[in-house]
Amino acid sequence: MDIFQSVLLTIATASTPLLIAAIGELVVERSGVLNLGVEGMMVIGAVCAFAASYLTGNPWIGVLAGILAGAVLSLLFGVLALSFATNQVATGLSLTLLGIGLSGMIGEDLVGRAGERLPNLDIPVLTDIPVIGRLLFGQDPLFYVSIALTAAVMWFLFRTRTGLTLRAIGDNHKSAHALGISVLKYRYLAVMFGGACAGLAGAHLSLVYTPQWVENMTAGRGWIALALVVFASWRPWRVIGGAYLFGAVTIGQLHAQALGFGIPSQLLSSLPYLATIVVLVLISRDRRLTVMNTPASLAQPFVPDR
Amino acid sequence: MQSGNEGTELLKTTGLTKVFGEVKACNGIDLSIAPGEIHALLGENGAGKSTLVKMMFGVLDPSEGEILWKGQPVRIGSPGEARRLGIGMVFQHFSLFEALTAAENIALVLEEKTPIHKIAETARQLSVDYGLPLDPNAMVGDLSVGERQRIEIIRCLLQKPDLIILDEPTSVLTPQEANKMFETLERLKAEGKSILYISHRLDEVKRLCDTATVLRHGKVVRHCVPRDETPSSLANMMVGSDVETVKREGAAPEFGKPLIEIRNLQRPPATPFSIPLRGIDLTVRAGEIIGIAGVAGNGQGEFFEAISGEAVQKSPDVITLNGEKCGTRGISGRRLLGVGFVPEERLGHGAVPSLPLSENMLLSRHQTDRKTMLGAFGYIRNAAVKAASQRVISEMDVRKTAEDPEASALSGGNLQKYLIGRELDRQPSVMIVDQPTWGVDAGAAARIRKALIALARSGSAVLVISQDLDELFEISDSIAVMHDGRLSEPVPIAEATYEKIGLLMGGAEPGHMAFEGVKEEAGA
Repeated sequence: MDIFQSVLLTIATASTPLLIAAIGELVVERSGVLNLGVEGMMVIGAVCAFAASYLTGNPWIGVLAGILAGAVLSLLFGVLALSFATNQVATGLSLTLLGIGLSGMIGEDLVGRAGERLPNLDIPVLTDIPVIGRLLFGQDPLFYVSIALTAAVMWFLFRTRTGLTLRAIGDNHKSAHALGISVLKYRYLAVMFGGACAGLAGAHLSLVYTPQWVENMTAGRGWIALALVVFASWRPWRVIGGAYLFGAVTIGQLHAQALGFGIPSQLLSSLPYLATIVVLVLISRDRRLTVMNTPASLAQPFVPDR
Repeated sequence: MQSGNEGTELLKTTGLTKVFGEVKACNGIDLSIAPGEIHALLGENGAGKSTLVKMMFGVLDPSEGEILWKGQPVRIGSPGEARRLGIGMVFQHFSLFEALTAAENIALVLEEKTPIHKIAETARQLSVDYGLPLDPNAMVGDLSVGERQRIEIIRCLLQKPDLIILDEPTSVLTPQEANKMFETLERLKAEGKSILYISHRLDEVKRLCDTATVLRHGKVVRHCVPRDETPSSLANMMVGSDVETVKREGAAPEFGKPLIEIRNLQRPPATPFSIPLRGIDLTVRAGEIIGIAGVAGNGQGEFFEAISGEAVQKSPDVITLNGEKCGTRGISGRRLLGVGFVPEERLGHGAVPSLPLSENMLLSRHQTDRKTMLGAFGYIRNAAVKAASQRVISEMDVRKTAEDPEASALSGGNLQKYLIGRELDRQPSVMIVDQPTWGVDAGAAARIRKALIALARSGSAVLVISQDLDELFEISDSIAVMHDGRLSEPVPIAEATYEKIGLLMGGAEPGHMAFEGVKEEAGA
């Protein structure tokens, strides 16, 4: 039972950063913007979070630094892709390259230093409930943030007028402009929300998952987050499913390696990525579902004519 | 009615000018709209009508000039400000969101925090009041163009505007739907609202509007009272010269053997918002022009893709072109049978906007004209391609500014002439055209129609899909109507009337004409 519980706990820890980053990108894409720089913003978030936590000794300041760093980097994307209407795909890709390079430079002296881990929640009595106590009441704080964030995004997108406006902009920015909606304002805010989420996801990696700084420690998780948004066909609750499925496969292959199955470890390590491809293929078979939820103006630059 | 001083204009513009680059889209426009009048804005495509109303609605900033609203000079910085002043607009290309419901679309422009279900209820009530039945919970993407327009109108009315701007509202309606809309407009006028009505359909302007302003090349040509004019005098003001009417000459010609044969063409919907084709049969013989009428979005686009080979069929027997069963062949395979295609969308579908005309020529004819245009190992013979391009340009009188301009540098009418000419230049024995003169000025449209008639007279089969009924009546030997993915029997032109075709467009079965309107009432 203890093994079972600890497997579930590690799955939750592995899935949380994916969920946070993907839910942020989902809001960005719902507004009609494709920011491929998630990986870059995540890795910058990770290094800044670790650095701030290491310097101040307070991991919570690290979390704030991670959020801020992601948001600032996304603002750079916003200025280029929204104000100057550059190609979003190219701009996003270069943002990732910039993030990886910059984080390596910032973190040069931090490699190998031991950092402070964000403490797990510990509520006497409740956390000690057998089986479910640790799962429900004893995880790291960002786990709860990720679940709350998903619920909040769901409520925002489908229950508020502002969320409706955001979805409308993603569907047709020209119509939105003609109705007098400030397309760029909404998109800037969405992009910065996405950046803050990516930064927070990065902070989770360097403050919870493995409390240290290793160069390029996001290891492709930003790309997985991007794929999860498509996987979820732009619906928040499906992102949870996708993130946890992916987390489960990742952890599963680690355990399989530990148990010494006669399968090369490289093949096992590639399992999560293979799973993503398979799922993406399966998802794209239902065209109605995909088309109904795909923001129709995704990745199209918007230049208001005056 | 307007409170206070009678006789003051509701809206007045003085010297309103908009400059795009070096082009004056609007040049010193003076116009005034009185309270409670329906004011027509007339002009050809590109005369500056849309630019003018976009300035009134705050979408564009005027370069010069002034707008007076209820006697006060105003600067309308955004559509939101226009709405606050009391100006509402129904757009020609709708400003609706397909992935949202009707009620959500309406909620977007209402600023107060009314919950969606209340808005849905108000909208439904208003739609019943005005005889424009509407299901507020329907997804816009699933609705017909006519239904979408109702949403636009209801959305506009819910904002309680004093002035309603309607941009070509009937271009997407059946004649019967249009009549219903005229009743709504008369009622709004009786309530004291002013309407600015943009159209190029002269008979409806004459029937509906109290005053008219005619624009040509961005300038006001005249202010007039449409009731005192004839459609042809209005047309002369718009075009600036007598409009050439295209005539089919002589008695009904003899038709030869069938060149287009379509048997039970079925196609499942390609996207959630597209129409399935449900068993289409059609024969077009040599020398014949068959027109396909229908309200936009009833499967015409899907039909064109199926015949042109953009969407191939499972069995070769479904489509026979020029005597060859070719249902499974792609576009080039069908072109090689001597068939020419011109799709609806000029830029991006008919031509690559950023490529010069000559390269666009090669793109559509690299297979059919392989011998002249390509050398060994697919080497491009630029001289031959350019020569063919020049031939089309002079044959169709394409006006251009450069030697071999990019497709996007041409005006709509000139590019359309080029695209039609590109196919005609091959002397196709079968020609299939979707919306041949959509958004094309009167001169170019006449040129294109003449060329299509001449092609049929030389013994080719011609199939024309169009939303412009006048055009179909002008050139077709028979008219078939597409509705909800089904195609009616072709009606010979001698028996076709606007009423008959209009009823078919609304979905009535031939022989069951009395059923018009019943479906809508039932759906309310």
